[in-house]
Amino acid sequence: MEPSLASYLALSGILFTIGATGVIFKRNALGMFMCIELMLNAVNLTFVAFSRYYADTTGQLFVFMVMSVAAAEAAVGLGIIIAFFRNRISIDVDDASLLKD
Amino acid sequence: MASNFLFFLFAGFAIACAISMVYHKNPLYSAVSLVGVFIALSCIYVTLAAPFIAAVQVLIYAGAIMVLVVFVIMLLNLDEDKPLNRLRYLYAVGGGLGLILLVQTFFVFYAVARAPKHAVNVDETAGKTLTIGQAMYTEYLLPVEIVGVLLLMAIIGGVILVRRLDPAELKLVINHELDLRHEEQEKGDFRVAL
Repeated sequence: MEPSLASYLALSGILFTIGATGVIFKRNALGMFMCIELMLNAVNLTFVAFSRYYADTTGQLFVFMVMSVAAAEAAVGLGIIIAFFRNRISIDVDDASLLKD
Repeated sequence: MASNFLFFLFAGFAIACAISMVYHKNPLYSAVSLVGVFIALSCIYVTLAAPFIAAVQVLIYAGAIMVLVVFVIMLLNLDEDKPLNRLRYLYAVGGGLGLILLVQTFFVFYAVARAPKHAVNVDETAGKTLTIGQAMYTEYLLPVEIVGVLLLMAIIGGVILVRRLDPAELKLVINHELDLRHEEQEKGDFRVAL
């Protein structure tokens, strides 16, 4: 007997919530970045689960698109983190207060 | 029965790794925990009859993206996060918001009770690489092209962002930062003296 669709959705919801809470709790930019990756993965799980239960390939295709966007995000996001570190010698998001000071 | 057991095994592993990722202060431990989540999700994709996505998950996420992240962690030579001694109530606010989000998610799943219990139409070809490739290059050709352009833009953006500053400019930036730190230290000493 297979687990029902609801259990996959529940797992996805739990992972997404952990990721969203992590973005709030984390102080350094890399940690927040990793939490965002976790949220993207939770969404991917939903796509694949629906794709399985409705026997439709389109869901898996969109997982592929999400992965491409995540890869692009990794390249640009890590570039921003390195540029930020060069300017402030820290990746704590509290130090990104140039406009406020 | 077996697939139920496998699902709960990998789901538990994924949730444990995700919590450990948020919990650890050291970014490297977080990265390793995140790899654990990716591997567990990849195993779940296999049980969902999506072998192509499972392979791509390991290749792109656990391979490429996490290697980039670990490279950056090593490159920046980070310390552990300093314990925060202010705004402690923000943790409670964050936890509360997370709880609300979780409850909302489950309420939506509960309210939309039309989700099928079993696969509606068991089609074993849905997850095959051949099927996905055919859909990708016929029906969804335009989105695939757009994703290609997006990746090209990301490459160019990454190169522009991390380009090396010329020495004069770099010196200016470092001097400015040192001045700022000096000022902050002096301010701190002043407070202590008071």
